This record gives sequence, C-alpha cells and structure tokens, in this order.
Amino acid sequence: MTALLTVEGLRARFPGPDGPVEVLRGVDLDVSAGEKVALVGESGSGKSVTARAILRLDHDAGLEGRISFDGTDLLSLSERGMRDVRGARVGLVFQDPLAALNPVMTVGWQITQPLVIRGVGRKEARRRGIELLGRLGVRDAGRRFDDYPHQFSGGMRQRVVIAIAVIAEPALLIADEPTTALDVRVQAQVLTLLRELADERGMAVLLITHDLGIVAGFADRVVVMRHGEPVEQGAVDDIYARPRHPYTRALLASVPRIDDDPSRRLSTIAEADAETVAEPVEGSAR
Amino acid sequence: MTALRVQNLVKSFGGRPVVKDVSFELAPGEVLGLVGESGSGKSTVARCVVRLTRPDSGRVLLGDRDVLAASRRELRGLRRDLQMVFQDPYSSLSPRMTAGALVEEGMIAHGLEKDPAARRDRAVALLETVGLSAADAGRHPRSFSGGQRQRIAIARALAVEPKVLICDEVVSSLDVSVQAQVLNLFRDLRERLGLSILFIAHDLAVVHYLCDRVAVLDQGSLVEIGDREQIYRQPRHPYTRSLLDAVPIPDPAVERARHARA
Repeated sequence: MTALLTVEGLRARFPGPDGPVEVLRGVDLDVSAGEKVALVGESGSGKSVTARAILRLDHDAGLEGRISFDGTDLLSLSERGMRDVRGARVGLVFQDPLAALNPVMTVGWQITQPLVIRGVGRKEARRRGIELLGRLGVRDAGRRFDDYPHQFSGGMRQRVVIAIAVIAEPALLIADEPTTALDVRVQAQVLTLLRELADERGMAVLLITHDLGIVAGFADRVVVMRHGEPVEQGAVDDIYARPRHPYTRALLASVPRIDDDPSRRLSTIAEADAETVAEPVEGSAR
Repeated sequence: MTALRVQNLVKSFGGRPVVKDVSFELAPGEVLGLVGESGSGKSTVARCVVRLTRPDSGRVLLGDRDVLAASRRELRGLRRDLQMVFQDPYSSLSPRMTAGALVEEGMIAHGLEKDPAARRDRAVALLETVGLSAADAGRHPRSFSGGQRQRIAIARALAVEPKVLICDEVVSSLDVSVQAQVLNLFRDLRERLGLSILFIAHDLAVVHYLCDRVAVLDQGSLVEIGDREQIYRQPRHPYTRSLLDAVPIPDPAVERARHARA
C-alpha cells in the first residue's frame, strides 16, 4: 500500500498569553489508501490539533514540518487549493453534529452541496444524496431529505454529517470523536456504518478518539499520542497485545472492560509515571 | 434495614412521563449502578431522591425517614445523610472558595465541627483521603485539573459523613487514567467507610467495575435489576442485552469475533 497521507515532523504553535505554546512537538504518521488509522490519546495530547492541522483549519496555528496528501504538499498549498482538498478529497466529521449542520437549510441541501459546488446537476446530486442517506440507515430517506436538522435525533444527525463528508467520495475521511456525543447503541451503529462505507469505497479513515474500546473494533493501525507527540504506533493487534511504551501499557490497563474480572484493580497513569521516573517523559506537565 | 428505599417514583415534565413507577432498594454498604441511555430518566431519579426535583408521586425512604414528606427543618438533617456528587466538577464548585473552605462548608452548615482549627484539620484529612494534600487546601478550584476537582467534590460530600452518596455521571467527563483514579477512590472509600452508593452512569464498563448490583432504566421504566454477574452474564431483558452488545471491548480479537457474529 502506498501512503495517501504522510505527516513528518509536524509542529504546531499557538499564541498564548506568555508567548507561543508548542502543542505539537514533532508528529510523524502515515495513512495508506483504504487504511483505517486511529489517533488515540487523552485530552491535551494533541490528537485533535493534529487532525485540524492536516486540513489547516486553525488559522492562528504556526505549522512546521511536512504534510503530504496524495502527492500534494499541503503546507505550501494556497488557501484556494486547500478549499479543493477540504470536503472533496478529504471529508471531515466532528463530534457535535448540531454544530456542524446549518439549522436553516434542509439536510438534503447540505448533503448535496459538496456535489453541486463541483458542478453535479441538482437532480443527480439529489438522487445520489438520497441513496447515500438510505445507505446510512436513515429510513424513508427520500421523504426525510427535505427535513431540517432539528427534526433528526442525535444519531440521525451524525449520519447526515457523515453523508455530507463522504458524498464527494473523498480518498480520506478524518473523523474527530464522531461518536462521543452518542448513546452506546447508536455509537455501535455509526461505527459499523463508517467501517462498511470505508471498506466498500476503499476510503481511508483517520479516526481521532480517546476511547480505546472503539479503536479495537475499528482500526487497522493505531497511533498513541501524549504531550503533542506519538509515543508508539503499530498494527492494532500488536498495540493491544504487546504495547511497548509504558504509557500505552498504562492507558490500556486503566480502561475498565465488561469482560474483565472486576476485582482486578485498574492502574492509573500516575502510578505508571511513578514507576518510570528513570525514563523521563519530555515536557511532562505533571 | 435498607439504607435507601425508592418506591413507585413517578415524574413527568409538561405531561411527558419521564420516570414511570420506579422502585428499588439500596442496602447498607452496597453500590447500586443505575444505567440507561440519554433520556432514560436516570438523572431525574437521582434529583427526585435528593428532592432537588419534586416527583409527582412515590416514596423515598432514607432508613426509616420519609424524604419527600420531610419538613424544611427535617430536610436539613436528611441532606447531611444523603449527599450528591454531580457530573461537572467545574460548575459544582464555587470558584471563589479554596479547596479547604469548600470541604469545610458542609461541616459549618450542619454544625459538625465548631472549633475552626479542628475543622481545618478535618478538611485536610478529607483532602488526603481523596488523594490530595494539605498544601492543596489553600488553592482555588481553577488551579486543579478536572479529576482533582472531582475529588474535591467527593471530599466535600464526605465531609458531612453521609450514609448514602448519590453519584450522577461523576467520571464521564474525565480522561481514562483520571477516571481510573476516581473509580479506585470510590472502591477504597466504600471499603473504609461502608458507604452506600447509588452510582448513576451511562458507561456499562465503569458500572461493571464498581457496582454490586445494577438497575437498568429504559424510557423511564426499570426493565431489569440484579446482581452484577447476572446482569452482565445472563441479562434477561432484550434491552439490557442490546446495551451490552453495543459496549466496545478494548481487545481487537474479541471485537472481530463480535462483528463476525453480528
């Protein structure tokens, strides 16, 4: 597999009250065509900033390093060129579907926009939109196409957001905590849909999440981030069965699971850090 | 003698039933999990139990005392024995007070420790119980992390020596590593203090880790209640089964086997 997305030595600085704050300290990661990669970490690890930096969404971020997507260097691309990448070649799904949708436009209008902007006729765009919404499990998609976002439940709204993100058939979908706001059963449905859609279309997915449970069932490969840099990456089976980095081990051991013996005490990162003082973690704030 | 008994609790908002005839009991020293999806009514049950919301009908007994029929005066005493910790450790702590003052506040309100020096010592001891230090007593909430704030909120609730603690989604806004610390803290407290806890959460893995018994709420109705082992290994109600099937397990091999079966 060839790398669709290559990120090398990515650094990000944001202006702060006491001068610039370095939020990403050298991120390296690859996503191959059709591959599902999970970027996991706790709050402040830089996982979302990495996702947003790939699409240059934060205008106050000072970015350094290299981001190459399908042969194009995104950091030197013009703003106009970036607009063609966003939405068409790279789709985006965020955590909060309500914030991502325009409340005064019908969901159908919003779903077809990425096609209409690129010159697809309204009728054809509508046909494809309804078909996709139906594929995403929205019943009676033809009738619901002209409804407004507030007429949909949270889970259905997230399906609309996914439809908008994938209708122009992007080679890569970046999904930032796409199911964090959803109930567990809806979360399972949405993840299954994302996985099936990715496999049917050969679409690569970069999933950003804090949830090690959903990563296990979704990703081919995992990148574990902490303090603005990856501490470990590898195939999902290797990371879960044989984590090499103490932080990855501690993270996995801190997650309760329903198939575990509940008398086994959860470990915490603080305990793991205390045991590994001999191995200083760069920039640790603790 | 049960620590807490909830009988036939009913509550609607604007004609829409939110809690439909919910009954359960909490034994002394027991941790009972109350699980359900958003809109299941679990937070409303909690708020009715502590009388932050008036139920339409039903009874709540703390030991042998009727919480819903209590006069204002009696309610003060009840509130001491029945403490609640909320989800958001940011909005439930006054930003103007130090951690020590926040912990002392309940003791003052209930006249528990009249001597200021002794009260301060007790506040420090409580902060230490939840894994903070004496030096932390002088700091304000904003200088703590989310997990530390949640521990201050717990210390504050424990300060008045409650018999029953109601916890509403207390770990759901925390990172996993901090969540593990707070869950372990609850385990230790329960062992050391013999506290009875009603633990409300949407995360079934967290409930599995902490709770002896589990009650499952679906659209305001209690569909199943039982021991942890029974609920997780032999769920009787289809709704409980569908919830458990959807809980992700952090193990790729297990997840692949589950997808293959689905």
